[in-house]
Amino acid sequence: MKKQKAFENFVHGIFLILGLITVGFVLLITLYLIIAGIPAIRKIGIWDFLFNTKWASTASEPSYGILPFILTSVYGTAGAIVLGVPVGFLTSVYLAKLAPAKIRTVVSGAVSLLAGIPSVVYGLVGMMVLVPGIRKLFHIPDGASLFAAIIVLAIMILPSIINVSITALEAVPKEYEDASLALGATPVETYFRVSVPAAKSGIAAAVVLGVGRAIGEAMAVMMVSGNAPNMPELFGSVRFLTTAVASEMSYSSGLQRQALFSIALVLFLFIMLINAALNFFLKRSKE
Amino acid sequence: MKTVNSKINAKRKIKVVLLRALCGISAAFTCALVLFLLVYILAKGVPNISWELLTTKRSYLTGKIGILPDILNTVYIIVATLIFVLPLGVGAAVYLTEYAKNKRIVAVIEYAAETLSGIPSIIYGLVGMLFFCQFLNMQTSLLAGALTLVIMNLPTVMRTTQESLKTVPQSYREGAFGLGAGKWRVIRTVVLPGCIDGVITGCILSVGRILGESAALLFTAGFAHALNGFFEGLGSAGATLTVSLYVYAKEQGEFGVAFAIAAILMVLTLLVNLLAMLVGRRFKRRQNYE
Repeated sequence: MKKQKAFENFVHGIFLILGLITVGFVLLITLYLIIAGIPAIRKIGIWDFLFNTKWASTASEPSYGILPFILTSVYGTAGAIVLGVPVGFLTSVYLAKLAPAKIRTVVSGAVSLLAGIPSVVYGLVGMMVLVPGIRKLFHIPDGASLFAAIIVLAIMILPSIINVSITALEAVPKEYEDASLALGATPVETYFRVSVPAAKSGIAAAVVLGVGRAIGEAMAVMMVSGNAPNMPELFGSVRFLTTAVASEMSYSSGLQRQALFSIALVLFLFIMLINAALNFFLKRSKE
Repeated sequence: MKTVNSKINAKRKIKVVLLRALCGISAAFTCALVLFLLVYILAKGVPNISWELLTTKRSYLTGKIGILPDILNTVYIIVATLIFVLPLGVGAAVYLTEYAKNKRIVAVIEYAAETLSGIPSIIYGLVGMLFFCQFLNMQTSLLAGALTLVIMNLPTVMRTTQESLKTVPQSYREGAFGLGAGKWRVIRTVVLPGCIDGVITGCILSVGRILGESAALLFTAGFAHALNGFFEGLGSAGATLTVSLYVYAKEQGEFGVAFAIAAILMVLTLLVNLLAMLVGRRFKRRQNYE
């Protein structure tokens, strides 16, 4: 009996360790980014690092200002949200409330396919279709630009926005809608005046999730944004926080390499903020 | 009075029709987008797929490009990731649903899992490079890449397993306890068999994610195109299909090969999605019977 008890405790211990492993991973990632990211910031100076507008890591007198990357990431994400959220939101209202069951199945399948397409494939199509298209349409020398990245990102965040919004809209109690219908509102009015406001926390969560996806995307953006460390311009070649890390990592060394880790740390802080916001909205929508 | 009323009604009607149309147009736009991507990639890619491309490796002597090593690397990395992530994810889920009594610990673990699923893959790649490749001295290798992907996919497997564990009726557990079984025995014989559908769903989702992953593998698994066996392959650097697509398109301008790989990835994604849908439907039906 005693042996049995010891064995059960042993098994319990193993499962406890397995359970805590996710926490361990989060700590590992946080710790590594802080340890790797702090030295360069201390050497360069936090003010100079965050607000200097010039990134010239390989120049003879190197300059490590990441303001262009931060602004590009912020503008790029904002642009993607402006374009992606209306389409995603309206699609989700259609799917959750208006669509007949058969159409719903087909469109949902399409949306999940959109979510599954690898980011390099988006990047490739962007490179071959979007970039030349923008060049011809706006008569600029190179179409690889912030604008191209914004369009790619807007498409890539659609599935997250649609799926989370649908979940939120479906969780609205049927009584709310029935009450509105009984008062004489048409179904469409009910969905927009009653269901959407009732689901607003969930829809906010969908937008925040989209922000997180857009700011963290690297490969697709790298293939269409031109990758020059300029201050952001809609039709200029730009570099994001993610692509700044990815594009120089393979040949970097010394302080330049450390600075790349610092960029990753800044990106990580952005993501943690977004995660906190996401949790806030998700918790509120559950209540 | 009547005219005012009908005016309001007309206004209302127009608004309703407009809103409905906007919703429909948005959904149609989303569908058209997917259709365009699918048709465009397949049309550009399929003509470039040849038996030779699929069954040879890249030769720098003849300049011919083959993607067999990349296909194999993708398979290796999927297998290796699943081997590690399944026990970890299932174990964590079992702990959360069967053992954990302290609400705070559960909240911390779930928060950690949510955090993990929000971290961008480029950061995984960076930490994977620092931790697995440098600190644990694995160098740039498929194994390092796979371990990085283990961390990425852990929340997925954990969540799907947890969902299906919740559907195992409490009475089953009580029945087994009542017959005198110990906790571990109950888990092994009653709980774990009940969560097999969640594990399978988690596997499918993970495979989809691994197939599409590139940023996390760039600096952990590398770019090599060497043809290796499973264990030899895990120890050496290698590009998966997505990474080699990136290299061929962005750095070497081999767009034919890039589109061929994109078409293959597209078909695989389609298959994974179909599979996930079928499996999901089947399990739902089974749950309803029970």
